[in-house]
Amino acid sequence: MTTKDKYKKVAYYPGCALEGTGHAYNRSTKAVGKALGLDLVEVKNWNCCGAMEVKNIDPKIQTYLSSRVMSTAVNEMNMDVVMAPCNGCYHNLKKAEYDLENDAESAAVVDRLSKKAGHKTYESGQVETIHALDWIKDAIGEEGLAARVKNSLSGLKIANYYGCMYTRPRHIFPEKDAGPGSESTSKPHFMDDLLAAAGAENVDFPLKTACCGGAHTLSDSDTSTKLVLNILKAAKLAGADVIATECPTCHSGLEMHQIRAEKTLGERVDIKILYFTQLLGMALGLKAKKVGVHENISDSIRFLKEKGLG
Amino acid sequence: MRTLQELESVIDAPLATPDTAATAEALLRASEEVLEHWIVAHDLEPTNDTREGFRLLALHRQGAKGDPSFNACRETCREVAYHYNLVTLQPESTDITDRLEMMKMVSRHLYLFVSGKLQVAELGDFCCSAKPIRAADAPVPKERN
Repeated sequence: MTTKDKYKKVAYYPGCALEGTGHAYNRSTKAVGKALGLDLVEVKNWNCCGAMEVKNIDPKIQTYLSSRVMSTAVNEMNMDVVMAPCNGCYHNLKKAEYDLENDAESAAVVDRLSKKAGHKTYESGQVETIHALDWIKDAIGEEGLAARVKNSLSGLKIANYYGCMYTRPRHIFPEKDAGPGSESTSKPHFMDDLLAAAGAENVDFPLKTACCGGAHTLSDSDTSTKLVLNILKAAKLAGADVIATECPTCHSGLEMHQIRAEKTLGERVDIKILYFTQLLGMALGLKAKKVGVHENISDSIRFLKEKGLG
Repeated sequence: MRTLQELESVIDAPLATPDTAATAEALLRASEEVLEHWIVAHDLEPTNDTREGFRLLALHRQGAKGDPSFNACRETCREVAYHYNLVTLQPESTDITDRLEMMKMVSRHLYLFVSGKLQVAELGDFCCSAKPIRAADAPVPKERN
């Protein structure tokens, strides 16, 4: 079975954020999958990946929580690929995979807790965790995507923002930096590639993997606002009229702190923030509402209509 | 070593476009000093080594040693170096003002990232490089069942 075929039907792990502030990402991911003929099967009775809260208190409990998601996929659903669109979930599942492979103590804790919880222990290597970018890039590819485009994104200048967790730390992503065709941890390009295939013009954006301040948005909102403001202004200076995102935490942070920057710092940056799946969905001919543009905090409807989208 | 507040002033100062190379140099030095703060806070002596011709990159490597979460500013450091090269090696470029402005924004991001983590207590280690500083005061996790 080729990678293309392998990724046509995957276990879908939306994670907590996509059921809350990132609902538009959930909606648009599913809509794009359907439009592309890809099958998403949601992981049964999934749980939190451990995110930042659990990991800060006890990293091995986070490893267990992530491993349970993968155990469910492989042992209860017979699926060997889990697709996680959220950078936090994606990162944590990859980290759990790495820890189970390389840390005997983590494996022992996961085994003990799995037995106590009454499910099969996840063994490293049983599941391949991928991001939504890998999913579309590998299952459809740029050529396949370009062939399906109904409304080109031409005329849109996009700054692709990947955030800090999609590529870090490098050692938990052994498939990246693996030569031609693979993703780069220093200059990620999968989102650039997909949106370019849909007709968009990508701008050279130096802060594409910089911190958005998401992890300390509650404890230190002012720093988060300044970090986001800097990202928005840099994207604008780079010539972008849209920032494309692929992480619900980054996306919410950019949208909320865009408003907060105007209120608290008096600085307004007129730039739109959209999930890459929303942009791809509209390129595939879906209506803006179908990909949840109305669920975003910032209003992009008029802008998109002016561009002939949605 | 200048204080973080002084470094913020340097980074936020209006652009001195007539001497773009000097401005780029000032931003690079300020970025280096931001990293020096991080290293000194960890009871280390900031290195004077260079990597790929930049002390900034050597300082980043030193700051990330044993603390991979500090790599969240790795590309930001590399972008500071890249824009420094753009400004100083192509001074006649018609984009020189935008390039310098972008270098300023990237330097500001580095400053905000590092200074935010240094100054604010109660941050976790999700991407936070401040945890080792307060680790001695952290409560010991309860025994797992």
